[in-house]
Amino acid sequence: MKILVCMKQVPQKDAPLKLNESGTWIREDVSYEVNEPDAYALEEALRQKEKHGGEVVVITAGPARAQQVLREALAKGADRAIHLEDAGFVGLDAFNTARAFAAAIKDQPFDLIFTGLQSDDYGFAQTGVILAELLGWPHATIIMQIEKKDSGIRVKRELEAGFFQYVDMPIPAVLTIQSGINKLRYATLIGIKQAKNKPMKKVTLAEAQSALAPNLQQIRRLYIPEKTKKTELLQGGAAEVAKKLVEKLRDEARVI
Amino acid sequence: MATATPVSRKKITGGSFLIEERQLDEVFTPEDFTDEHRQIAQTTDEFALKEIAPVADKLEKKDWALTRELLTKASELGLTSVEVPETYGGMDMDKVSAAIVAERIAKYGSFVVTFGAHSGIGTLPIVYFGTEEQKRKYLPKLATAEFVGAYALSESSSGSDALNCRTKAVLSPDGKHYILNGEKMWITNASFADVFIIFAKVDGEKFSAFIVEKTFPGFAVGAEEHKMGIRGSSTCPLILNDCKVPVENLLGEIGKGHIIAFNILNLGRFKLGAGCVGGARTALQDAIAYAKQRKAFNTTISQFGLIREMIADMAVDIWTGESAVYRTVGMMDVALSEIDKGSPDATRETRKAIEEYAVECSIIKVWGSEALDRAVDATVQVYGGYGFVEEYPAERAYRDSRVNRIFEGTNEINRLIITGFLMKRAMTGQLPLMPAIKRLMDEVLGGPSMSETPEGPLAAEKAIVANAKKIALFTAGAASQKYMQALVDQQEIMGALADIIIETYCMESAVLRAEKLAERGAELATAMTQVYVARAMVTIEAAARKVIAAIAEGDMLRTQMAILRRLLKYEPINTIALREKIAARVIEQGKYVTA
Ligand SMILES: Cc1cc2nc3c(=O)[nH]c(=O)nc-3n(C[C@H](O)[C@H](O)[C@H](O)COP(=O)(O)OP(=O)(O)OC[C@H]3O[C@@H](n4cnc5c(N)ncnc54)[C@H](O)[C@@H]3O)c2cc1C
Repeated sequence: MKILVCMKQVPQKDAPLKLNESGTWIREDVSYEVNEPDAYALEEALRQKEKHGGEVVVITAGPARAQQVLREALAKGADRAIHLEDAGFVGLDAFNTARAFAAAIKDQPFDLIFTGLQSDDYGFAQTGVILAELLGWPHATIIMQIEKKDSGIRVKRELEAGFFQYVDMPIPAVLTIQSGINKLRYATLIGIKQAKNKPMKKVTLAEAQSALAPNLQQIRRLYIPEKTKKTELLQGGAAEVAKKLVEKLRDEARVI
Repeated sequence: MATATPVSRKKITGGSFLIEERQLDEVFTPEDFTDEHRQIAQTTDEFALKEIAPVADKLEKKDWALTRELLTKASELGLTSVEVPETYGGMDMDKVSAAIVAERIAKYGSFVVTFGAHSGIGTLPIVYFGTEEQKRKYLPKLATAEFVGAYALSESSSGSDALNCRTKAVLSPDGKHYILNGEKMWITNASFADVFIIFAKVDGEKFSAFIVEKTFPGFAVGAEEHKMGIRGSSTCPLILNDCKVPVENLLGEIGKGHIIAFNILNLGRFKLGAGCVGGARTALQDAIAYAKQRKAFNTTISQFGLIREMIADMAVDIWTGESAVYRTVGMMDVALSEIDKGSPDATRETRKAIEEYAVECSIIKVWGSEALDRAVDATVQVYGGYGFVEEYPAERAYRDSRVNRIFEGTNEINRLIITGFLMKRAMTGQLPLMPAIKRLMDEVLGGPSMSETPEGPLAAEKAIVANAKKIALFTAGAASQKYMQALVDQQEIMGALADIIIETYCMESAVLRAEKLAERGAELATAMTQVYVARAMVTIEAAARKVIAAIAEGDMLRTQMAILRRLLKYEPINTIALREKIAARVIEQGKYVTA
C-alpha cells in the first residue's frame, strides 16, 4: 500500500505561549513538536507498510523549522518526504492547506492518505476531510483500527460514549487518525543515520499558489482566557438548590 | 537549524587553550548540532523519560531482569553501540553523538552507571584493543546487549593505585589457558554481566587484561555492596579461583595492560562529565517545579531571591558544562575525522586522537561531577524538609551524585593528571608552554602593559579569560621554577594549579559559546556566562594566592602578589541582577533554556 501521511509541526504541549503583537496568533519563539495525532497516523502507516509492503510518504506545510517533523518521520521509517516550505503556509485555513496538499501530490497515486484527527494548535479537524473532498475520495474520521480487505479496507471509528462503528470502504480513501491507537516507536540511531539519504522534495509557495484562494476562515483576535472569580449564592429549599446546582454544573460549568 | 558560524576543521592541540586564542569557528557548541545530533538527543531524551524514569523505583530495588530488559531496549535504538564500528553491529557515530547520548540518558543515576559500564568501559576495551576474532566474537553481542559488559580493574587494596593489583595470571602447563587468581572489588554490573574485562599480572609481574566470560570455570561474583547511592546499579566483588581463561582471550599484549586501563578511563571521562551535565538538568527541572508550587509566607518560594539565586546558579552550571563538554568532543571529532577508518592503524590512531585531549577530558570529569554535586545539593535545599525525605526525587539524586567524584579516577587523581599532563607536555616540548611562560614573565616584570579597549557585550569577560590564562601560566611558571621536577610531589600546589586550569577552560568555553551566539541575540546566554566568569574568578583568585603564598616570601612574595593583583584586576559586575534575569527566564520556562 502506498500511504501518504500529512503531518504538522505545532507548539510543544507544555510550552508557555505568548500572543504576537497583532494579537492574532502566538509568538514564534516557542519550541515545536510533531502534532500528536499525526505521530499516531505515521505509526499506523508504518505498521500497515510492515504488514502489506508499499511506501510511506510524509508531507508537511510550514517554514524551514517544520522540516524537523519530516526528518523525524524519515528516521522512524518513512520512505520519502514532501515539504511545502514557506512561512506563508502557516496561516492557511484548512481548505487552503488541503488544496496545497492536493496540488503537491497531483499525479502521485496513493492508496490511503492519513492525517491526524486534528491539530493541537488550530484544532480544525477538517484538513483531511476537505482533502478527501478535493480528491473525490471517500473519507472516515476518528479511526482507531485499519484492516486491509480484498475489496478495500475495514476501519473502526470511535463514536461518542464508548460506542464504535465499523465501516467497510473502498480505497483510495482519506482517514483521520485518533491519538493513542498504537504504541509510538522511537527514531532509532540507525534510522536517524539512514534518513539523511532519503529524498526530501521541496515545494515553494509560488508553486502551490495557483491552487490557493483567499482564506475563508480568519482569526481576528486571540486572547488568553481571563480568570474571573464569581461567587453566587443559590437560594431556596434543599431540593430546589440541588436542582439549580445541577443545572449550573451542566449548562454553565459544563462539568457533568 | 543553520549554525551561526560554521565549525572549522582545524585540528587543535590538546591543552593549547592556555596559550592560544580560539577563533569562534574553531569551537563546537550545542548550537552547532546537526539535525541528526538533535534527533539523537530527542530519541535518548524520550527513551529516558518514558522507559527509565517511570520504573526508577523498581530499578532502585535491584530488579536486574528489568535492568537488562532496559539495556536491550536501549540497544534496539542503537544507544548502547554509538561507539562500536558498523562492521560489528554498531552505530559508529562521532563523539558528539556519544556525549549527547551520555548526557540525555542521565535522568536516573543508577541506570546511567549501568549503561556506562556496559557500553563504555565494558565494551570499548574490545573495540580499541581487541583482535579481529575477539571483536567478531564479542562486539555484536555487546552491541545488542545480549551480552552485558563490565570492567574489573579495582581491588580492595588498589583503586587509584590500580597497577599495583594482586590478581595473578599464570599460563597453564598445556599453554592453552591463563589461570587467574585474586579478587576484584566494586565491579559495576557484576551481578548480571556476561563479559568482564579483568586486569591481572601475568606471573605476578606483567600487568595485562583478559576477556573473561562469567561461565568460565573458577569465576564467581560476590555479594552486592550496600551503597550510599546508585542503589539500582550492581556493585560486587569478583572472586577468581583458578579461573580458566583461554589464551585467545588475552586482550592486548602481555605487560601492556596499563595502556588499556588508562586509555579506557580516559575515553570514558568525557561521557561521565556529559552525564553529570544531564543529571544537573534534571535536578534543575525538579527544583523549579517544586519551587513554583511550594507556598510559604503567602507566596511561592520561587519568588524568594535566595531560592532564585540557587536556581540561577544551576542554570549557569549547566550552560558552562555543556559549553565545555561539547567544545571538547568537537575537538575530538575534528581530530578523529582525519583518520582513515579502513587503515590497519585506525584504532591506534583513534586512541591517540582521544588521548590528545586527556587534560580537557579530566577537566570535564572533575568539573562536571562537582557541578552535579552543587546542583543536587541546591535541589535538596529548595525542597527543604521534603528534600531530606526519601519519597521525593531530591534525596535520591543527592546520594546518587556523590560517586561521580570517586570513580573513573578520583577527582584528586584527575587534578593531578591535569597539571601533571600539561607539565609533561611542556617538558617534552609537545606544547610550547615554557616559551609562553617566559614571554609572560618578561611581560609582567616589565610593568603594567596597555590594556586593550574591550569591545562587544562580553569584552570584559574576554579580557578576564585572557588574564586567567596568564594567571595559570604565571603560577605554574613560578611553581615549577621553585620546585622544578619535584613539583609533582607538591600535591596541594598541583591541585590549586589544576583548579585554575579547570576554571579557565570552563569559563573560556562559556564565553566563546556566548560570543558565537551573540550574533543571534543572546541575552540569557550572556548573563549566564557573566555570572560564571564572576564565580570562576573567585576560585582562581583563591587558588593563585594559595600557590604564590606557598612558594614565595618577603620581597619576592610582594612582587609576585603585585603581578597577580594586576592580572586579577577587573570591575565587579552585578551578579545579583544577572542571576535574577536568569532565574526569571528558567522559572518561567520550567526548565533549563539558553534563550
Ligand atoms: C559505585 C562504584 C562503582 C565502581 N565501579 C567500578 C568498576 O566497574 N570497575 C572498577 O575497576 N572499579 C570500580 N570502582 C572502583 C573505583 O574506581 C575506585 O573506588 C576508585 O578508583 C578509588 O579507588 P579506592 O577506592 O581504592 O580509593 P583510594 O585509591 O584508596 O583513594 C582513597 C583516597 O585517597 C586519594 N588518593 C589516592 N591516591 C592518591 C594520590 N596518588 N594522590 C592523592 N590522593 C590520592 C583518593 O583521591 C581518595 O580520596 C567503583 C567504585 C564505586 C564506589
